[in-house]
Order: sequence, then C-alpha cells, then structure tokens
Amino acid sequence: MQRSRLVFWIFCAPVLCWLFLLIVLPHLDLLRMSFRGENDYGDMVWTFRNYKTFFTEPIYWLTFVRTALYAVITTFITFLLAMPVSFYIAKLARARIQGALVILLLLPFWVSELVRIYGWMILLRESGVLNFFMLKLGIVDTPIEMLYNDATMIMGLVYTSMLFMVVPLVSVMESLDDSLIEAAHDLGAGQFTIWRTIILPHCKPGITSGSIVVFMLTLGNYLTPNLMGGKNSLWFTEQIYNQFIASFNWNQGSAFGFLLLLLSSFIIWLGLRLTRQKLDEVAS
Amino acid sequence: MKRIVVFALLAMFVLAGTARAETLKILTWKGYAPQKLIDAFEKETGIDVEVTFSNNEEMIAKLRATRGAGFDLAQPSQDRISSVQEKYNLYQPLDYSRIDSALFIPSMLEAVKKNTKVSGKSFAVPFCWGTSGLIVNSDKAPGADSFKALIDSKYKGRVSYRLKRPTLIAMGFALGYNPFDLYDDPKAYKAMLDKIADTLIEAKPIVKNYWANGDSLLESMRSEEVFVAMAWDAGGWKLHADNKAIDFKAPKEGALGWIDTFTIPSKAENVDAAYKWINFIMKPENAGYFSSQEKYATASKGALKYTDKEVAANFDRSFPQETIDNINWYPPVPANLERMEGMVLDKIKAAQ
Repeated sequence: MQRSRLVFWIFCAPVLCWLFLLIVLPHLDLLRMSFRGENDYGDMVWTFRNYKTFFTEPIYWLTFVRTALYAVITTFITFLLAMPVSFYIAKLARARIQGALVILLLLPFWVSELVRIYGWMILLRESGVLNFFMLKLGIVDTPIEMLYNDATMIMGLVYTSMLFMVVPLVSVMESLDDSLIEAAHDLGAGQFTIWRTIILPHCKPGITSGSIVVFMLTLGNYLTPNLMGGKNSLWFTEQIYNQFIASFNWNQGSAFGFLLLLLSSFIIWLGLRLTRQKLDEVAS
Repeated sequence: MKRIVVFALLAMFVLAGTARAETLKILTWKGYAPQKLIDAFEKETGIDVEVTFSNNEEMIAKLRATRGAGFDLAQPSQDRISSVQEKYNLYQPLDYSRIDSALFIPSMLEAVKKNTKVSGKSFAVPFCWGTSGLIVNSDKAPGADSFKALIDSKYKGRVSYRLKRPTLIAMGFALGYNPFDLYDDPKAYKAMLDKIADTLIEAKPIVKNYWANGDSLLESMRSEEVFVAMAWDAGGWKLHADNKAIDFKAPKEGALGWIDTFTIPSKAENVDAAYKWINFIMKPENAGYFSSQEKYATASKGALKYTDKEVAANFDRSFPQETIDNINWYPPVPANLERMEGMVLDKIKAAQ
C-alpha cells in the first residue's frame, strides 16, 4: 500500500510540476498583471481600470459579443452536421467500414491547422482551384472572391471542429439500444418523433460535451478568423494578441484574457442551466 | 525500478551537456540571415547559428517576456529602440571599439548611433535599409502614384495593405499631415489618428484584405488579384523580375524610410559571437550577397561592388535622386504612441 502510493506520486510528479510551473504559475502572474496599470504619472499602481476599459469601450465588448455569437452559431452548425454523420457511423455502417470512416475523419488532423487553412485558401481564392473549374465549366464569367467573408470563416471553423463533435456523439450513440428505435417504429412513430423522443434525449450528454469543446475551441481560435475572415472579422483572441504585441499593453491583454475565461465559462454555465444539466453528468 | 529512473535522469543530463556547443542565437527578420552566410560563418568560427524569424513588435514582446534573455543578437528597426530601452531595458550598450567601423557607411552609422542614444549610450549599428511605398501593377492601375490610391474607389477590391502602424503613418502623409512632426504632441497626434481612422473605415469597401504575410501579398499581386498595395520596396522588385508591369513606386508624399539594426539583448549569453557575426556579415562581399538575395541595400561600405547588376538597376529605376531626398525617415517613436495606435487599429478592424 505504502509502496504503491510512492510510485503513484513519482509518476504524478512530472505532470504536477508541468501543471504548476507551466500553467498555474504563469496564470497567477497574468492575474496579478491584469490588476496593474499606469496612473497619470506613469507609475505602476493597482487598479481595476483594465477591466473597466472592457465594459466602457464599445469596440471591446462588441467584439466579444460578436465572437461569442459566431462561436454559438458555429457550434450549432457543427452539431447539425455531426448528428447524421455520427448516426451513420455508429448505427448504419458495417463494422469494417466504421473504422475506415473514423480514420477518414481523423485524417485532416494529422496536418497542422495552419496547413489546413492554407489548403482552403488555395481552393477558395479568386485565382484558386474552385474558381478555375467554375470558369472552365462556364458556371461563372468572372472569378468570384470566396475568401475574406464571415460565411467562409464559419465554414472554416466548422470544418476545424467537426471531429470534436463527432467523436463524443458516436460514443454515446453506440450505447443506444437498437430495439428501442425498432419498437418505436413498430408502434407507429414517425422519423421525426423517433429523433425527438429517443435519439436526441439519449445523446444529450454527448451533445453537451461535444458542444462545450467546440464552443471553447472556436472562441479561442486565432488562426482561422485571422486568415480566412475578412477585413471586418476582428476576433476577440486577436484583440488580446494586439494588446500584447502591437500596443505593448500586457496589463490590458491579461485582463482581456481573464475576461475571456470568465465570460466563456459563464456562457457554458448558462447553456447547462437552460438545458437543465449538470457538468458532472456530462463528464461521466 | 528506482535504479532505472536514476539512470535515465543521469543519461539525460549527460546528453544535455554534450549538446551544448557554442551557439549564436539571432532574433531577426525573414531573409536577414541567408543560409549560405550562416554556413560560411560556422565554418570560419565554429559557432553554430540559430535563427528565429520575427518582426518589430514580436521581437520586443519576446525580449520583454524574458527581460532580454534567450537571444544573443536582435535586429529591430532603429526607431523602435530608444523608447523600449528606456522603459524595459532590453538591450546592452554596444562597445563600438569591438565593431569594425570601417565596414560601415559613416553617415548611416552616425545617424543610427544618434537615434538609439539613451542616457549617453548608443545601442545599435545599422544593417540594412529600405522603404515602404506602393507596389503598383501599372497595366491595371496606371495612375497610382500616391498613398491616396489605397483609398481610391477606382481600385475597389484591388487594394491591399497591412493594418499596422506604417499604414497609419502613410495615411497621415496622404491626408496632408506630417505625423513625425506631431510625435511630441500627443493631442494633435490623437486628432490626426482619429481622422485617419475615419478615412480608413470609410475606405473599407475598397480594400480587399489586410495582408499579414509578405509572401501571400506577393502571391496575390502576382496572380493579379491585387493592383495596388502598400508594401516594402524589395517585394516590388521581386515581382518586377517576373512581371515587368509590376514594380515598386515611391509615392509622391515620399516613401517611408526605415533602417534595421543590430542590437545585443541585455542578457545575451554569447556577446563575443554577436560581435563576430556583425563584423562578418558587414564585410562587403557578404553584405553584397545578402543584397543580391533579398534586394535590400545594406549599410556596408563597398557592398555595391558585390551586388548583382539587376539589384542595382532596381535601385536606379525606383529611386532617382529627388525621390531619395523625398524619403521620410522614421524618427525614434516616443513611448505610449503605440497604445494610441493600437486602439485605432482595433477600431478600424472592428468597424463594419
């Protein structure tokens, strides 16, 4: 007993060191920094001003609202697309094809996000692959710019987050007893009723955990909005980057970082409350 | 069990120890340390060179995060040194006796020394210089000769620029201000920035995108998606080599002139190697090779002899004497302007 506990701590030590030194400590420093600021004489003092700036300057909170809204939309579209895909993989596909399908889903994630985004840009740009074929086939006369707008950006975000929705959905759907669906069918329920009363309630934990992951990933994404989004697409993460890098205002940047953490946690809490769920149910 | 762990740890320390030959860590811009010169330097001195690519803002942020450690040599622009040095103490004063001043063009060396002076000590020597201006596809946009072309509805959807401070400065000149004169007057500077913000927000339908990566801008100019862009001269010359219609053009407001430098961060580990690299790369033949590769002129005296003829021709074509006289050189940026500008840049990007 003693011995096994010692082994446990030895194996845990690297993880704990990692967590504490590389994640907890820097966050504490950021938290301290977010409450510091220059007063009118240029001295560093304790202040709430960095947090106040967020609420008093419309461009900051509006950017946050916009980012959060787009993240919710992205999550919802991802859910709509992932539902039939996971149902097919979990229930309809034959066992041998199942593995192949999951591999197909995983495949794009073997290259980095940056490469995937540049791939999309090559496809969609004005002198890109898609326009080339559309011109050749005579569908359009002049090339269309498909990049640099919000719709493309959301598509990119959905593409990036599909996997994180499909995997939890497949795993909950596998535990769904087929006979329930058959019984409902025999008793005369329609397609819609079966989805609404049997499949969706059963998948609820998977939907919630998938949604949380997708929402957080989208909200914290930096590359996709920056590269595929257009001239109006200021994302909140980019604003944090700008505070740190362009304005040299680390205090403001850390305040924004913590606000992002708090507000996104709040949105998830709200989502759980609205759907009457508890986080530990979802996690199990 | 325990023995294995101890053994593994020991092995790690031993391996880590042997891996540390002498290295020189350079924090610089893409292209500023060509592989051929790195190889020659390694052969000559036996020092390994590690290069990290960056830009002005990220260089400062990186050095600030480590309080000046982690790199032995950095290459910020000369106007971004003194205010940062005063505030965060990122660099160490240069020992000019260890630098072979005969290698430098004297007037440039003096100017950089003067501009990077903080409490009596200078912090930089010049490396190369260039300008920001317009890259114009003269087949498609023959009339573009002013920064105003960037906000001209004639070129709607065919314009690209960075959303960074040089664009703000350029717009300031286009609107008839002299931003550099206003550096010491924050109030007037703020008023100018607000005017620029209004102009750029109004001009949003005209710009295709705000470019962030030099190579992708060149790609969209090459594929004729963009006709007019604000960018660095060397980019325009690279394009000119492939397509004669595209070239760098100094706008009539005057191109914006910058000088990139060598500085030594305050906690540099290998200062000797840093001085060696400076003296090595400023040798005319090495600087000339860099110019031929990257098209930027250097502060090395006599490098022109070792530079390709085409590159010299670029220079003659784009910079007749009166254009050179018209260049607006960046003076040192006073502290706190960046914060104001950051806010304006966010405002422009967020506007619908």
